[in-house]
Amino acid sequence: MLDILVSGLLLSGTYALVAMGLNLQYGVARIMNLANGEVLVLGALASFWLYTTSQISPILTVILVIPISFIGNYLIYRFLLTPLVRRSKTQGALEVDSILATFGMSFIFIGIMVSIEGGFFFYKYLSEPIQILGSTTSLNRLVAFLIAVLIGAGLYLWLNLSRPGIAVRAVSVSTEASGLVGINVPRISALAFALGGTITAVGGALISTFITLDASIGVVFTLKALIIVIMGGVGEIRGAIVAAVILGIVETAVATLIDPGLTLASAYFIFILILLFRPQGLFGRRAV
Amino acid sequence: MKRANWQELLWVAIIVVLAAFWPMLANGYWLGIGVDMMMYIALATSWVLFSGPTHYISLASAAFFGVGGFIVGTGMSDYEASFWSMLALSAVVGGALAALIGLATLRLSGVYFVIFTLGLAEMIRNLVSWIQNNFLGSRGLYVLTDFTDKHLYWMLLVTAAAVYLLGWIISRSRLGFALRIIGGDETVARHVGINTAMAKVILFTSTGFFGAIVGAIIAPRWSYIEPNQVFSPQLSFFVVIMALLGGSGRLWGPIVGVVPFLLIWNWVDANFPHQSILVLGLAFLVIVYFLPHGFVGRIDQLRARARGRS
Amino acid sequence: MNSSRAVLSVKNVTKRFGGLIAVSNMSFDVAEHEMVGVIGPNGSGKTTMINMISGLYAPSDGRISLKGRLISDRQPQAIAREGVGRTFQLVRLLPSLTVLENVVAGAVYGHRRRWGREAEEFAHDVLERVGMDAMSYAQISSLTYIDQKRVELARTLAGEPEVLLLDEWLAGLNPTELETGIELIHALRDEGRTVVLVEHVMDAIRSLCDRCVVMSSGAKIAEGTPDEVLSDREVVRAYLGDDDA
Repeated sequence: MLDILVSGLLLSGTYALVAMGLNLQYGVARIMNLANGEVLVLGALASFWLYTTSQISPILTVILVIPISFIGNYLIYRFLLTPLVRRSKTQGALEVDSILATFGMSFIFIGIMVSIEGGFFFYKYLSEPIQILGSTTSLNRLVAFLIAVLIGAGLYLWLNLSRPGIAVRAVSVSTEASGLVGINVPRISALAFALGGTITAVGGALISTFITLDASIGVVFTLKALIIVIMGGVGEIRGAIVAAVILGIVETAVATLIDPGLTLASAYFIFILILLFRPQGLFGRRAV
Repeated sequence: MKRANWQELLWVAIIVVLAAFWPMLANGYWLGIGVDMMMYIALATSWVLFSGPTHYISLASAAFFGVGGFIVGTGMSDYEASFWSMLALSAVVGGALAALIGLATLRLSGVYFVIFTLGLAEMIRNLVSWIQNNFLGSRGLYVLTDFTDKHLYWMLLVTAAAVYLLGWIISRSRLGFALRIIGGDETVARHVGINTAMAKVILFTSTGFFGAIVGAIIAPRWSYIEPNQVFSPQLSFFVVIMALLGGSGRLWGPIVGVVPFLLIWNWVDANFPHQSILVLGLAFLVIVYFLPHGFVGRIDQLRARARGRS
Repeated sequence: MNSSRAVLSVKNVTKRFGGLIAVSNMSFDVAEHEMVGVIGPNGSGKTTMINMISGLYAPSDGRISLKGRLISDRQPQAIAREGVGRTFQLVRLLPSLTVLENVVAGAVYGHRRRWGREAEEFAHDVLERVGMDAMSYAQISSLTYIDQKRVELARTLAGEPEVLLLDEWLAGLNPTELETGIELIHALRDEGRTVVLVEHVMDAIRSLCDRCVVMSSGAKIAEGTPDEVLSDREVVRAYLGDDDA
């Protein structure tokens, strides 16, 4: 029982981080990014590739990933998504366009990744067992969790205390009103999208230390991040953290008690409950 | 989905009759391609039936298709049921599954629906494998029939024609008019008295119904069935691409999307198997950036321009 | 007002958005063939009130009933079928449909339901009544603002509602258009329709309404004939501020 809680909680750290990234992209930049999971796997691939070819520690990779994915995501937003934002007349039209465009990108990412590494991204890093609260887990899970918490806390403080952070939150509440008070909405949206992508890629690099991924697994992570965001309420960072903990623990419980093949089904089960009983999310206020 | 007229019905009828002769002209490789095309035409047309007017992007095709194939496999292999009774059961289960999903998600905005359908096929595959491994005993499913590609082709042609006919009837009914209004402005639709959620659920149910039928018809082609094969998520994306490439504004749109895409895909897959997924990605980008209304939209545009000139 | 004759009855209705109270404990009745104006300064909750009657928002508290039947717990489509029709503050038409089809939409699924030729003929009748029949086959995008408003009104009338809700129907019109608009609403009045209108144009309110309900900060502050309420001290204060009272 305690084992489930501990490993579920450790898993939820990275989940929360990834959901924060998606929240920035969907809640602020209003882009439903279904290539989110592939960006995560790209981060994981970078970590795997640098470790196996040049013995570069994944923690160092995280630092390398930050500027690269920030620039990459910024360029995607600027050149591929801005035209869609401009031409769409309604939020609904933008959603359809961005969903289709990001599908396209996700397949292109998969194609690129397959050509780099077609098999599993398997490597061993900090895999020695450790004891937490009397339950055994591995060091890499703890390290990933701690880094995720560190980055998440940093992001939270930035959003609440810094000037651009507050502008980001303002845009998430209302694009129109933010424009009226002089916030440069296109710039903040681009910043939020790039930042969201960066966080997702970092999350991927961290996850790869304790879960073996492959090029085509992205969609599962997209789905989990989306379920967490919806469960927590779009734009709600605290909601996303609580939701990530719930998903992490439920998944771990189902995997240990019933069958590891049913983790996706358990995520769906939570999703259905949310859709039926609280579609605005646990912490959401926005009407649907 | 515009109100379809008699002239269009006549044209489609002629195409259906001509298409019925394909197995007399082609065999082997080209007949196989014909089966693929008919399968995707049926799936994409039923996709357009729902997604065309409502703009909800459904990625559930693979789930319904898989349910159909799996029911035929289990029924014929484990319970010695006849193909036809399992085909009927597939249709009912596919429709019921779609109705349940629709009731849970279609009251809400389109994003929830896309997300839900995104992992649906994979989730059902996991569930089915788990049930198979733990309760039914892990065995392969055999679908042994006397059908050849020729028969499958004709069955799929009939299915595709039935989907079209249903769509044609709906487009001329209150329900079809209601869907045009929903596609325009859902708030207005509700305020003129349309039960928008119910209209969407009915249409989505028909998609599930036909998706499962197509999956059931294809099952004999494989003879040996396992969940990984029938619940291939890629199928859903194929259907979306082909439907959008043709244009979701008209019921006959998928025909002009399926044929070129499948030919290009087969060529790429044969010559550059490792790059085929890139083609899938590029197809989405081409649709979004260059063909937002598909080939049909382009044709209408050119027609309007020609009319303006004369 | 004798409430047993009320067609539409609003009782103790409150709407909260999070911590914000948009409408607080509102009550009023509308009798058959009566034209009631809901007036008040900007942001006083008038449109929220209309949105609750038409079912776009569910009230947080209180009840709204139509001919004695509770409607406040129902969806907009059910309320429309019961017989409440509305127009929107910013015209909402369907640009992908023709003028006639827009009006047919109101006739097909509304309170009285028609289909096919019958619905089209009825839509033509209604378009003629608002003076738009000549434009039946025009594209929505080619219409002027007042014409769009007339088409939207025709769509609402095509459902033959028992109660008509007009949300600032005269707003945004130029002086000539305003005259046409007021004439049109006068015609509705002469037909004996039951109407609730939210309005800012005072001249229109004086000449059109039998009775007015005045809202300020979400609550009812006065009710009576237009002349009575417009000379009420509290109403003047709500509109002009304390200094002028």
